[in-house]
Amino acid sequence: MVLMAGGVGTGKTTLCLEFLVRGAEKGEKGLFISVTEASTKLLQNFTTFEFFRPDLVQHELITIVDLPIIYERLGLNREELKPGEVDILVRTIQDLVRESGARRVVVDSLTSVGFRVRSEEKARDFILKLGQAFSDLGTTSLMVAEVGAVPGVHSLYGVEEAIVDGVVMLSNVRRRGDLLRVLQVIKMRGTVHSRAQYVIELTPIGMLMAPFLKGGRLET
Amino acid sequence: MARDSDIADRLRSFGAGGTVALKLGSRDYADNYLAALGLTVRDLGGESNSHTIYVSVTNPASLVWSLLQALDIPSGRLSFVDAISHLMMSYQSVLPNASYVESPTMLEGIMLRIEYLLRKHPSQRNMVIIDSVNSLAVHNSADVLSEFFHILVNNLKTRAVLTILFSTSDVEGTELDRILSLVVDESFTLGGGP
Repeated sequence: MVLMAGGVGTGKTTLCLEFLVRGAEKGEKGLFISVTEASTKLLQNFTTFEFFRPDLVQHELITIVDLPIIYERLGLNREELKPGEVDILVRTIQDLVRESGARRVVVDSLTSVGFRVRSEEKARDFILKLGQAFSDLGTTSLMVAEVGAVPGVHSLYGVEEAIVDGVVMLSNVRRRGDLLRVLQVIKMRGTVHSRAQYVIELTPIGMLMAPFLKGGRLET
Repeated sequence: MARDSDIADRLRSFGAGGTVALKLGSRDYADNYLAALGLTVRDLGGESNSHTIYVSVTNPASLVWSLLQALDIPSGRLSFVDAISHLMMSYQSVLPNASYVESPTMLEGIMLRIEYLLRKHPSQRNMVIIDSVNSLAVHNSADVLSEFFHILVNNLKTRAVLTILFSTSDVEGTELDRILSLVVDESFTLGGGP
Protein backbone atom coordinates (compact mmCIF):
# COMPACT_ATOMS: atom_id res chain seq x y z
CA MET A 1 0.00 0.00 0.00
CA VAL A 2 1.46 3.32 -1.13
CA LEU A 3 0.35 6.74 0.04
CA MET A 4 0.12 9.38 -2.71
CA ALA A 5 0.25 12.52 -0.64
CA GLY A 6 -0.02 16.05 -1.94
CA GLY A 7 -1.96 19.26 -2.27
CA VAL A 8 -4.51 20.28 -4.88
CA GLY A 9 -3.43 20.27 -8.53
CA THR A 10 -0.28 18.24 -7.95
CA GLY A 11 -1.36 15.37 -10.23
CA LYS A 12 -2.32 12.68 -7.71
CA THR A 13 -5.45 11.47 -9.51
CA THR A 14 -3.80 11.42 -12.96
CA LEU A 15 -0.82 9.50 -11.62
CA CYS A 16 -3.14 6.96 -10.00
CA LEU A 17 -5.05 6.55 -13.27
CA GLU A 18 -1.81 5.93 -15.15
CA PHE A 19 -0.88 3.31 -12.54
CA LEU A 20 -4.12 1.45 -13.33
CA VAL A 21 -3.78 1.85 -17.11
CA ARG A 22 -0.20 0.53 -17.17
CA GLY A 23 -1.32 -2.45 -15.07
CA ALA A 24 -4.35 -3.14 -17.27
CA GLU A 25 -2.12 -3.10 -20.35
CA LYS A 26 -0.19 -5.96 -18.72
CA GLY A 27 -3.39 -7.81 -17.91
CA GLU A 28 -3.64 -6.75 -14.24
CA LYS A 29 -7.17 -5.61 -13.48
CA GLY A 30 -7.61 -2.30 -11.70
CA LEU A 31 -10.23 -0.75 -9.41
CA PHE A 32 -10.59 3.02 -8.98
CA ILE A 33 -12.67 3.93 -5.91
CA SER A 34 -13.66 7.54 -6.37
CA VAL A 35 -14.82 9.38 -3.30
CA THR A 36 -14.67 12.99 -4.38
CA GLU A 37 -15.61 13.04 -8.06
CA ALA A 38 -18.39 11.29 -9.96
CA SER A 39 -17.07 8.53 -12.23
CA THR A 40 -18.70 10.10 -15.30
CA LYS A 41 -16.82 13.34 -14.72
CA LEU A 42 -13.60 11.42 -14.04
CA LEU A 43 -13.95 9.48 -17.29
CA GLN A 44 -14.54 12.72 -19.16
CA ASN A 45 -11.29 14.14 -17.74
CA PHE A 46 -9.39 10.90 -18.42
CA THR A 47 -10.22 10.92 -22.14
CA THR A 48 -7.98 13.99 -22.57
CA PHE A 49 -4.99 11.68 -22.01
CA GLU A 50 -3.76 9.65 -24.98
CA PHE A 51 -2.55 6.87 -22.65
CA PHE A 52 -6.09 6.32 -21.35
CA ARG A 53 -7.96 3.75 -23.41
CA PRO A 54 -11.75 3.73 -22.84
CA ASP A 55 -11.82 0.08 -24.00
CA LEU A 56 -10.00 -0.86 -20.78
CA VAL A 57 -13.10 0.32 -18.90
CA GLN A 58 -15.49 -1.25 -21.43
CA HIS A 59 -13.74 -4.62 -21.06
CA GLU A 60 -13.71 -4.24 -17.26
CA LEU A 61 -9.94 -4.27 -17.04
CA ILE A 62 -10.44 -1.03 -15.13
CA THR A 63 -13.52 -0.59 -12.94
CA ILE A 64 -14.47 2.81 -11.59
CA VAL A 65 -16.70 2.88 -8.52
CA ASP A 66 -18.39 5.89 -6.91
CA LEU A 67 -18.08 5.48 -3.16
CA PRO A 68 -20.97 7.90 -2.41
CA ILE A 69 -23.28 5.48 -4.30
CA ILE A 70 -21.96 2.63 -2.15
CA TYR A 71 -22.66 4.70 0.97
CA GLU A 72 -26.23 5.15 -0.21
CA ARG A 73 -26.74 1.45 -1.00
CA LEU A 74 -25.39 0.51 2.40
CA GLY A 75 -27.63 3.07 4.08
CA LEU A 76 -24.54 4.94 5.27
CA ASN A 77 -25.69 8.26 3.87
CA ARG A 78 -25.48 10.15 7.14
CA GLU A 79 -22.78 12.77 7.49
CA GLU A 80 -20.87 10.78 10.10
CA LEU A 81 -20.16 7.04 10.12
CA LYS A 82 -20.56 5.08 13.36
CA PRO A 83 -17.76 2.71 14.51
CA GLY A 84 -19.58 -0.45 13.29
CA GLU A 85 -20.24 1.19 9.95
CA VAL A 86 -16.53 1.67 9.39
CA ASP A 87 -16.21 -2.15 9.45
CA ILE A 88 -19.09 -2.46 6.98
CA LEU A 89 -17.38 0.01 4.65
CA VAL A 90 -14.07 -1.86 4.81
CA ARG A 91 -15.81 -5.19 4.12
CA THR A 92 -17.71 -3.66 1.18
CA ILE A 93 -14.51 -2.30 -0.36
CA GLN A 94 -12.93 -5.72 0.18
CA ASP A 95 -15.87 -7.33 -1.68
CA LEU A 96 -15.54 -4.83 -4.52
CA VAL A 97 -11.89 -5.76 -4.94
CA ARG A 98 -12.74 -9.48 -4.94
CA GLU A 99 -15.65 -9.09 -7.39
CA SER A 100 -13.64 -6.98 -9.84
CA GLY A 101 -10.64 -9.30 -9.62
CA ALA A 102 -8.47 -6.22 -9.19
CA ARG A 103 -4.75 -6.57 -8.58
CA ARG A 104 -4.29 -2.79 -8.45
CA VAL A 105 -6.54 -0.53 -6.38
CA VAL A 106 -6.79 3.24 -6.03
CA VAL A 107 -8.74 5.03 -3.28
CA ASP A 108 -9.14 8.71 -4.19
CA SER A 109 -9.13 10.00 -1.59
CA LEU A 110 -8.52 8.67 1.88
CA THR A 111 -8.97 12.19 3.16
CA SER A 112 -12.55 12.36 1.88
CA VAL A 113 -13.41 9.07 3.60
CA GLY A 114 -11.78 10.47 6.74
CA PHE A 115 -14.14 13.46 6.70
CA ARG A 116 -17.09 11.04 6.94
CA VAL A 117 -15.46 9.18 9.80
CA ARG A 118 -14.88 12.50 11.55
CA SER A 119 -12.85 11.52 14.62
CA GLU A 120 -9.14 10.96 14.13
CA GLU A 121 -9.34 7.76 16.15
CA LYS A 122 -11.98 6.26 13.83
CA ALA A 123 -10.09 7.46 10.77
CA ARG A 124 -6.95 5.68 11.98
CA ASP A 125 -9.01 2.56 12.64
CA PHE A 126 -10.43 2.71 9.11
CA ILE A 127 -7.00 3.15 7.52
CA LEU A 128 -5.50 0.30 9.57
CA LYS A 129 -8.34 -2.07 8.66
CA LEU A 130 -8.32 -1.07 4.99
CA GLY A 131 -4.56 -1.56 4.84
CA GLN A 132 -4.94 -5.01 6.39
CA ALA A 133 -7.75 -5.90 3.96
CA PHE A 134 -5.70 -4.89 0.90
CA SER A 135 -2.70 -6.75 2.25
CA ASP A 136 -4.81 -9.91 2.73
CA LEU A 137 -6.10 -9.61 -0.83
CA GLY A 138 -2.57 -9.29 -2.16
CA THR A 139 -3.30 -6.10 -4.10
CA THR A 140 -1.01 -3.18 -4.82
CA SER A 141 -2.91 -0.11 -3.76
CA LEU A 142 -2.49 3.64 -3.98
CA MET A 143 -4.17 5.73 -1.29
CA VAL A 144 -4.57 9.37 -2.18
CA ALA A 145 -4.16 11.81 0.71
CA GLU A 146 -4.77 15.54 0.51
CA VAL A 147 -1.90 17.09 2.39
CA GLY A 148 -1.01 20.77 2.48
CA ALA A 149 2.47 22.12 1.93
CA VAL A 150 3.82 21.53 5.43
CA PRO A 151 7.43 20.30 5.32
CA GLY A 152 7.81 16.79 6.74
CA VAL A 153 4.05 16.16 6.97
CA HIS A 154 2.81 13.39 4.66
CA SER A 155 -0.46 12.43 6.31
CA LEU A 156 -3.53 13.89 7.95
CA TYR A 157 -3.96 11.42 10.81
CA GLY A 158 -0.35 10.69 11.60
CA VAL A 159 -0.64 6.95 11.04
CA GLU A 160 -0.90 6.59 7.29
CA GLU A 161 2.80 7.03 6.67
CA ALA A 162 3.65 4.43 9.31
CA ILE A 163 1.16 1.84 8.05
CA VAL A 164 1.88 2.06 4.34
CA ASP A 165 4.80 0.48 2.49
CA GLY A 166 5.52 3.59 0.49
CA VAL A 167 5.00 7.33 0.55
CA VAL A 168 5.13 9.40 -2.65
CA MET A 169 4.93 13.13 -2.03
CA LEU A 170 3.64 15.44 -4.74
CA SER A 171 3.90 19.18 -4.31
CA ASN A 172 3.75 22.51 -6.06
CA VAL A 173 7.05 24.33 -5.67
CA ARG A 174 7.34 28.03 -6.46
CA ARG A 175 10.62 29.20 -7.98
CA ARG A 176 11.07 32.75 -9.26
CA GLY A 177 7.34 32.98 -9.93
CA ASP A 178 7.18 29.62 -11.75
CA LEU A 179 5.04 26.87 -10.26
CA LEU A 180 6.67 23.46 -10.66
CA ARG A 181 5.03 20.11 -9.98
CA VAL A 182 7.53 18.12 -7.92
CA LEU A 183 7.53 14.41 -7.02
CA GLN A 184 9.63 12.81 -4.28
CA VAL A 185 9.60 9.22 -3.04
CA ILE A 186 9.90 9.53 0.73
CA LYS A 187 9.68 5.83 1.52
CA MET A 188 9.34 2.56 -0.40
CA ARG A 189 9.79 -0.43 1.87
CA GLY A 190 12.05 -3.22 0.60
CA THR A 191 13.47 -1.22 -2.29
CA VAL A 192 16.50 0.93 -2.94
CA HIS A 193 15.11 4.16 -4.39
CA SER A 194 15.98 7.72 -5.18
CA ARG A 195 14.99 10.27 -2.55
CA ALA A 196 15.68 13.19 -4.86
CA GLN A 197 13.06 15.63 -6.06
CA TYR A 198 11.89 15.42 -9.66
CA VAL A 199 9.90 17.91 -11.69
CA ILE A 200 7.03 16.11 -13.36
CA GLU A 201 4.77 16.89 -16.26
CA LEU A 202 1.47 15.19 -16.93
CA THR A 203 1.61 14.83 -20.70
CA PRO A 204 -0.96 13.17 -22.98
CA ILE A 205 1.34 10.11 -23.20
CA GLY A 206 1.80 9.87 -19.44
CA MET A 207 3.86 11.31 -16.63
CA LEU A 208 7.40 12.42 -17.51
CA MET A 209 10.10 13.31 -14.99
CA ALA A 210 13.19 15.51 -15.02
CA PRO A 211 15.67 16.16 -12.19
CA PHE A 212 14.82 19.22 -10.11
CA LEU A 213 17.67 21.65 -10.81
CA LYS A 214 19.37 22.59 -7.57
CA GLY A 215 21.07 25.67 -8.95
CA GLY A 216 17.71 27.45 -9.11
CA ARG A 217 16.77 29.40 -5.99
CA LEU A 218 13.44 28.70 -4.34
CA GLU A 219 11.15 31.40 -3.03
CA THR A 220 10.80 31.42 0.71
CA MET B 1 37.09 29.98 -39.24
CA ALA B 2 35.71 27.03 -41.19
CA ARG B 3 33.78 27.36 -44.43
CA ASP B 4 30.04 26.52 -44.40
CA SER B 5 30.59 23.41 -46.51
CA ASP B 6 33.31 22.18 -44.13
CA ILE B 7 30.99 22.74 -41.16
CA ALA B 8 28.19 20.87 -42.95
CA ASP B 9 30.53 17.90 -43.55
CA ARG B 10 31.77 17.93 -39.95
CA LEU B 11 28.21 18.13 -38.58
CA ARG B 12 27.24 15.15 -40.71
CA SER B 13 30.19 13.18 -39.43
CA PHE B 14 29.08 13.69 -35.81
CA GLY B 15 25.87 11.77 -36.23
CA ALA B 16 24.20 10.26 -33.22
CA GLY B 17 25.05 11.42 -29.74
CA GLY B 18 27.35 14.31 -30.67
CA THR B 19 27.13 17.79 -29.17
CA VAL B 20 28.20 20.79 -31.21
CA ALA B 21 28.37 24.51 -30.42
CA LEU B 22 27.59 26.66 -33.44
CA LYS B 23 28.86 30.17 -32.71
CA LEU B 24 27.39 32.86 -34.95
CA GLY B 25 29.57 35.83 -35.76
CA SER B 26 28.08 39.19 -34.82
CA ARG B 27 29.08 40.78 -38.15
CA ASP B 28 26.16 40.14 -40.57
CA TYR B 29 24.47 38.20 -37.79
CA ALA B 30 21.21 37.76 -39.72
CA ASP B 31 23.04 36.11 -42.63
CA ASN B 32 24.97 33.87 -40.24
CA TYR B 33 21.74 32.89 -38.51
CA LEU B 34 20.09 31.95 -41.81
CA ALA B 35 23.20 29.98 -42.78
CA ALA B 36 23.02 28.13 -39.44
CA LEU B 37 19.35 27.27 -40.03
CA GLY B 38 20.20 26.03 -43.52
CA LEU B 39 23.11 23.89 -42.32
CA THR B 40 21.17 22.32 -39.47
CA VAL B 41 17.40 22.23 -39.93
CA ARG B 42 17.43 22.04 -43.76
CA ASP B 43 20.54 19.99 -44.52
CA LEU B 44 20.82 17.67 -41.52
CA GLY B 45 17.14 17.68 -40.53
CA GLY B 46 16.06 17.13 -44.13
CA GLU B 47 17.68 13.70 -44.29
CA SER B 48 15.37 10.72 -44.25
CA ASN B 49 14.44 9.10 -40.90
CA SER B 50 15.35 12.28 -39.05
CA HIS B 51 13.36 14.48 -36.70
CA THR B 52 14.43 17.90 -35.44
CA ILE B 53 13.36 19.46 -32.16
CA TYR B 54 14.02 23.19 -32.31
CA VAL B 55 14.08 24.91 -28.90
CA SER B 56 13.39 28.58 -29.51
CA VAL B 57 14.35 30.93 -26.70
CA THR B 58 15.58 33.94 -28.72
CA ASN B 59 12.57 34.34 -31.02
CA PRO B 60 9.04 32.88 -30.91
CA ALA B 61 8.67 29.61 -32.82
CA SER B 62 6.24 31.32 -35.23
CA LEU B 63 8.97 33.75 -36.30
CA VAL B 64 11.58 30.99 -36.71
CA TRP B 65 9.03 28.98 -38.64
CA SER B 66 8.40 31.83 -41.07
CA LEU B 67 12.18 32.06 -41.68
CA LEU B 68 12.36 28.31 -42.26
CA GLN B 69 9.50 28.49 -44.74
CA ALA B 70 11.45 31.13 -46.64
CA LEU B 71 14.26 28.57 -46.85
CA ASP B 72 11.76 25.98 -48.21
CA ILE B 73 12.14 23.70 -45.22
CA PRO B 74 9.18 21.29 -44.87
CA SER B 75 7.48 21.06 -41.47
CA GLY B 76 6.88 17.30 -41.44
CA ARG B 77 10.06 16.37 -39.57
CA LEU B 78 10.27 19.41 -37.33
CA SER B 79 8.83 20.23 -33.88
CA PHE B 80 9.34 23.31 -31.75
CA VAL B 81 9.72 23.82 -28.04
CA ASP B 82 8.91 27.52 -27.64
CA ALA B 83 10.11 28.93 -24.31
CA ILE B 84 9.71 32.61 -25.10
CA SER B 85 6.25 33.30 -26.57
CA HIS B 86 4.48 33.20 -23.19
CA LEU B 87 6.95 35.64 -21.71
CA MET B 88 6.75 37.96 -24.71
CA MET B 89 2.94 37.84 -24.60
CA SER B 90 2.96 36.60 -28.21
CA TYR B 91 1.24 33.31 -27.48
CA GLN B 92 -1.67 34.18 -29.81
CA SER B 93 0.10 32.81 -32.92
CA VAL B 94 0.16 29.16 -31.91
CA LEU B 95 1.88 26.70 -34.24
CA PRO B 96 0.44 23.17 -34.48
CA ASN B 97 3.92 21.63 -34.33
CA ALA B 98 5.02 23.68 -31.30
CA SER B 99 4.95 22.88 -27.61
CA TYR B 100 5.00 25.92 -25.32
CA VAL B 101 6.93 26.33 -22.05
CA GLU B 102 5.75 29.23 -19.88
CA SER B 103 9.14 30.77 -19.30
CA PRO B 104 12.82 30.25 -20.20
CA THR B 105 13.42 29.97 -16.45
CA MET B 106 11.48 26.67 -16.46
CA LEU B 107 14.51 24.70 -17.63
CA GLU B 108 13.06 21.42 -16.38
CA GLY B 109 10.00 22.21 -18.50
CA ILE B 110 12.23 22.49 -21.56
CA MET B 111 13.83 19.11 -20.73
CA LEU B 112 10.39 17.53 -20.30
CA ARG B 113 9.05 18.90 -23.61
CA ILE B 114 12.14 17.60 -25.43
CA GLU B 115 11.57 14.22 -23.79
CA TYR B 116 7.90 14.30 -24.79
CA LEU B 117 8.71 15.11 -28.42
CA LEU B 118 11.42 12.44 -28.60
CA ARG B 119 8.86 9.88 -27.47
CA LYS B 120 6.18 11.23 -29.81
CA HIS B 121 8.48 11.21 -32.83
CA PRO B 122 10.76 8.21 -32.55
CA SER B 123 13.17 8.28 -35.46
CA GLN B 124 16.57 6.90 -36.30
CA ARG B 125 18.19 10.34 -36.42
CA ASN B 126 16.98 12.81 -33.84
CA MET B 127 18.46 16.27 -33.56
CA VAL B 128 17.89 18.93 -30.87
CA ILE B 129 18.79 22.55 -31.58
CA ILE B 130 18.92 25.08 -28.74
CA ASP B 131 18.57 28.67 -30.00
CA SER B 132 20.29 30.05 -28.06
CA VAL B 133 22.64 29.61 -25.14
CA ASN B 134 22.91 33.41 -24.84
CA SER B 135 19.14 33.86 -24.55
CA LEU B 136 18.93 31.20 -21.85
CA ALA B 137 21.69 33.04 -20.00
CA VAL B 138 19.64 36.25 -20.01
CA HIS B 139 17.00 34.54 -17.84
CA ASN B 140 19.07 32.04 -15.83
CA SER B 141 22.14 32.17 -13.63
CA ALA B 142 25.36 30.46 -14.75
CA ASP B 143 24.99 27.90 -11.91
CA VAL B 144 21.60 26.62 -12.98
CA LEU B 145 22.48 26.86 -16.66
CA SER B 146 25.59 24.68 -16.33
CA GLU B 147 23.52 22.14 -14.35
CA PHE B 148 20.84 22.23 -17.07
CA PHE B 149 23.25 21.70 -19.96
CA HIS B 150 25.16 19.01 -18.10
CA ILE B 151 21.99 16.98 -17.50
CA LEU B 152 20.33 17.67 -20.85
CA VAL B 153 23.35 17.06 -23.07
CA ASN B 154 24.37 13.87 -21.29
CA ASN B 155 20.81 12.59 -21.44
CA LEU B 156 20.61 13.30 -25.18
CA LYS B 157 24.04 11.72 -25.69
CA THR B 158 22.89 8.44 -24.14
CA ARG B 159 19.81 8.57 -26.37
CA ALA B 160 22.01 9.01 -29.49
CA VAL B 161 20.55 12.44 -30.23
CA LEU B 162 22.69 15.02 -32.04
CA THR B 163 22.59 18.28 -30.04
CA ILE B 164 23.44 21.64 -31.59
CA LEU B 165 23.80 24.68 -29.35
CA PHE B 166 23.54 28.08 -31.04
CA SER B 167 25.42 30.95 -29.44
CA THR B 168 27.03 34.19 -30.51
CA SER B 169 30.75 34.17 -31.21
CA ASP B 170 31.39 36.85 -28.55
CA VAL B 171 30.92 34.26 -25.77
CA GLU B 172 34.64 33.41 -26.18
CA GLY B 173 36.39 33.56 -22.82
CA THR B 174 33.19 34.18 -20.84
CA GLU B 175 31.41 32.04 -18.22
CA LEU B 176 29.08 30.82 -20.99
CA ASP B 177 32.05 29.61 -22.99
CA ARG B 178 33.26 27.62 -19.97
CA ILE B 179 29.81 26.03 -19.67
CA LEU B 180 29.84 25.14 -23.37
CA SER B 181 33.35 23.74 -23.30
CA LEU B 182 32.26 21.34 -20.56
CA VAL B 183 29.53 19.76 -22.66
CA VAL B 184 30.34 20.13 -26.35
CA ASP B 185 32.50 17.85 -28.50
CA GLU B 186 33.40 20.57 -30.95
CA SER B 187 32.72 24.25 -31.68
CA PHE B 188 32.33 25.94 -35.05
CA THR B 189 32.15 29.63 -35.84
CA LEU B 190 29.97 30.91 -38.67
CA GLY B 191 30.94 34.35 -39.95
CA GLY B 192 33.18 36.92 -38.32
CA GLY B 193 33.09 39.33 -35.40
CA PRO B 194 32.88 43.12 -35.46
